[in-house]
Amino acid sequence: MNISNVKKVILVLSLTASYAAVAADAAISDSDRIEQYREMISDGNPADFDEMRGEELWKKPGGPKNVSLEKCNLGKGPGVVKGAYAELPRYFKDTKKVQDLESRLLTCMTTLQGIPEADITAKPFASEKKASDISSLATYVVGQSKGIKMAVSLKHPKEKEAYEIGKRIFNYRAGPYDFACSTCHATSDVRIRMQDLPNFHVQKDAQAAFTSWPAYRVSQGLTRSFQWRLNDCFRQQRFPEPKFASEVTVDLTMFLAVSANGAEYAGPGLKR
Amino acid sequence: MNKEINLGRREALKAGGGIGLMAVLGAYGLLNSTAAMAEWNKAAFSSKAMDEAFAAMGAANPEVNATAIQLSVPEIAENGAIVPVTVSSTLANVEQITIFVDKNQNVMAANFIFPAGTESMVTTRVKMGQTANVVALVKADGKFYRTAKEVKVTAGGCGG
Amino acid sequence: MGNPMKIRAAVKDGVTEVKILMQHEMETGMRKDGDGSLVPAWFITEVKAQYQGRTVLEAQFGQSVSKNPYLLFRFKGGAAGEKVTVSWVDNKGDSRTDEVAISA
Repeated sequence: MNISNVKKVILVLSLTASYAAVAADAAISDSDRIEQYREMISDGNPADFDEMRGEELWKKPGGPKNVSLEKCNLGKGPGVVKGAYAELPRYFKDTKKVQDLESRLLTCMTTLQGIPEADITAKPFASEKKASDISSLATYVVGQSKGIKMAVSLKHPKEKEAYEIGKRIFNYRAGPYDFACSTCHATSDVRIRMQDLPNFHVQKDAQAAFTSWPAYRVSQGLTRSFQWRLNDCFRQQRFPEPKFASEVTVDLTMFLAVSANGAEYAGPGLKR
Repeated sequence: MNKEINLGRREALKAGGGIGLMAVLGAYGLLNSTAAMAEWNKAAFSSKAMDEAFAAMGAANPEVNATAIQLSVPEIAENGAIVPVTVSSTLANVEQITIFVDKNQNVMAANFIFPAGTESMVTTRVKMGQTANVVALVKADGKFYRTAKEVKVTAGGCGG
Repeated sequence: MGNPMKIRAAVKDGVTEVKILMQHEMETGMRKDGDGSLVPAWFITEVKAQYQGRTVLEAQFGQSVSKNPYLLFRFKGGAAGEKVTVSWVDNKGDSRTDEVAISA
């Protein structure tokens, strides 16, 4: 236990009696006990229901053009879902852009199905405690990469560029707190309350973090997409809200995804 | 938590429970006319204290037995909304396993009935409002046994 | 009609393991919504699992069972291709029945 942990424990002890018990024990093997809890709930993930819903949405004709998304090219050819997420983000010739899963789904829903973009991006994550269509579609697609090794390419110059910009965004300090992603995610043994924060400079941590999103968030009763995860990181840093599927989010995703290369994709995850 | 709120909750529960039971029996009539279900024990499920719940289950003073009942719960639950609980027993002729959370408003969470041929174990998930004991009550050969374990519930933070 | 369950059943060494995930809000009746009014209790009260027309597990739930209830249990017997059927009813009288073929 290092000095700062001791200080934290003392601080908590002085605050409340009930928390003291948790914190004192926590100093012994907090992370192990949380890991034990996570292991015990790993089977039976309610995200499965979102995968089922997403699969239906993928196969069912929809939008003004009344067509399904089965012709959507996620990078491995029209309609190929298996393994697609393990290679995203990637450069797409048709849009001349690097796209992550959600921005690519947005392209398919607008071009193939004819759904106005604003209809999708107005509430891109959830409304009325129900996951959005694009979010459920994303859950379905990522589930089809379970067990497949992350292999995000940097061959195309645009992919390399997105990665480099993403890396800069990761380290970019701004906002009223002068925060960067790296403030919390580039050091080991940092936590928020009980949760250890992943250090993206450590490959194993980066892999574990990236491959467990999207995830069903128990406290919200919803499966949350990767775009949501980044949106919420920006909020926590008190940054302006990033536009859904915008370049800044795709580039940052590119940096994080590449840092997870080589690890088997394990999502959708299940988080507190 | 003040008394007024508690009373309000109890009244709300009473109303909900009453309508519920009727509906349950009605639906089961349609769903399954051949095999009768064990009745949803309203008195037990509305109990606010462990002794009250035990009594409602016909288990006035169950014997404490932490060796013949295996209760597996996490030491810490990151989120009280999902607390995994596994109960199994090495006792012969286990008929019933009941799971309680001693500090929840309604202490009884779930009751399981084991026909012959079904192994004496079950895993489920319960909600916990705060750090509390998970209690397992096992009925074997007509006799009741119990054991308990504490689960520390942390209020989750941000991030993840 | 409730939403579909996800049921898995697999037989190994003469014992069938059944895992069930149900889709249900499991409202306690104690939670307040944004306006401060109580959200009415709405929860599964009874669950029954059957194999070849024989009950292999019966459960009664109260409000303390988690949202999207999960169950795991095992029974002796079962062969690949045979069916396990699971039904639930909730306190509003809604119900749901799903079945799955046992896998080897």
